[in-house]
Amino acid sequence: MNMTLNKDHWAREDIQKGISAEVKLEVEGFHFYYDTTMALKDIGMKIQKNTVVGIIGPSGCGKSTFLRCFNRMNDTIAKIRYEGKIWMDGKNIFDKDLDVVDLRRKVGMVFQKSNPFPKSIFDNIAYGLKINGIKDKNFIAEKVELSLKNSALWDEVKDRMHKSAFTLSGGQQQRLCIARALAIEPEVLLLDEPASALDPIATAKIEELIHELKKKYTIVIVTHNMQQAARVSDYTAFFMMGEMVEYDVTNKIFTNPSKKITEDYVTGRFG
Amino acid sequence: MERHLDEQLKRLNQDLLTMAAKVEGAIHQSIEALKKRDKGLADKIIKDDEDIDELEIQIEEQVIDLLALFQPMAIDLRFITTGMHINAELERIADLTVNISQRVLDIADQPLLRPLVDIPKLAGQAQYMVKSAIDAFVRRDEALAKKVIFSDKESNALRNKIMKELIGDYMEKDTTTVSRAVPLLLISRDLERICDHAASIAEDVIYMIEAKVIKHHRERLKSI
Repeated sequence: MNMTLNKDHWAREDIQKGISAEVKLEVEGFHFYYDTTMALKDIGMKIQKNTVVGIIGPSGCGKSTFLRCFNRMNDTIAKIRYEGKIWMDGKNIFDKDLDVVDLRRKVGMVFQKSNPFPKSIFDNIAYGLKINGIKDKNFIAEKVELSLKNSALWDEVKDRMHKSAFTLSGGQQQRLCIARALAIEPEVLLLDEPASALDPIATAKIEELIHELKKKYTIVIVTHNMQQAARVSDYTAFFMMGEMVEYDVTNKIFTNPSKKITEDYVTGRFG
Repeated sequence: MERHLDEQLKRLNQDLLTMAAKVEGAIHQSIEALKKRDKGLADKIIKDDEDIDELEIQIEEQVIDLLALFQPMAIDLRFITTGMHINAELERIADLTVNISQRVLDIADQPLLRPLVDIPKLAGQAQYMVKSAIDAFVRRDEALAKKVIFSDKESNALRNKIMKELIGDYMEKDTTTVSRAVPLLLISRDLERICDHAASIAEDVIYMIEAKVIKHHRERLKSI
């Protein structure tokens, strides 16, 4: 499989149109290994600021591994190794002098299964602020309210802020996790299958939220649901066996992909 | 592995071909009715149009179901949306054969102005374009679709020639010919419109194959 899309790592149609926008993240010649197994092979892509990039591909193609590279979450796994670079605002996130905690503050993450802390709704959001040394109660209260408003949850929880987060529905818990990630004002949001365990109404709310959030954040979302990728992403990358097969504007990927293998995947002929 | 969607797409394809065969038949019969001034055949075409209308609705419902139930992507999506357009174009062509049949009923009992020469030529062009556009759809033949689009110019030229002659040689010179000339004018206009619809089908076929919208931008054909 020929995985080299282009030397500049822009989405194909953007190259054709000569677009050069502000780059938030750039992946360059990136390889990733679990021990001796190569999970990602020579990935190159540029992600524009304030856009949503969807990563699609069959199970085991490396899309979640790739997502977790952006905030170095894979560092916690034994015997992993990587080559290449990921630039965020022009700084390589693998540089030795980079503070990983600071990176994870800037690059928030929400997982497939909502994972609220066994605390109140308020404390779930306030937790990140408190461990970052913020003690001003008024400031924390304002931040909690703002984060819940930004995650479209405020109206549903404002009268029960001190109830356990576990009293919320699955969809509300997931939005709480997004609010928790937003509270520490990240610049990038990584979403790993954020709606896969939710019903259609809760899913629609998350998708609306993503649409709103991209005004402030750069978002990378991994999803198994191709319709979801089509609905929420500005750009879509198709991964297959650790390689990025195609990266283009979303409507191109879903109406007229350049590669046969992408077409076979999006039309459900395999995967 | 064949997908469940493939079965449905085959069914849509088959129904479109049935629709196309009925419409091609209607074009042929309307020309025959005109040549022979056959009122019975003209009546039959008008009546048979109800079946074509029903089939159009059936195909449209099928397309809506496919879009809602399967949320198709890429080539599947392009095939289905193209099928929906072709279905509508074919139904309009059938309506035009009804128009022609109604004009045949108007003139059947009157003597012809002159032997029909150019109108059958234009009818032949219309039949060729519709058949070729459908063939291009069936065979996914981009070159044939392009040929259909380019041949639309000939039908315009022929229609203009017919109009010029009917107006200049008959209607302007002898107003008593108007009642016999106007139906022929309308028939030539209807035939030319059939050619336009065939060209639209060919444009849709190119969209289906190349994912490029040619409609209203035929200059884009050069880049394909």
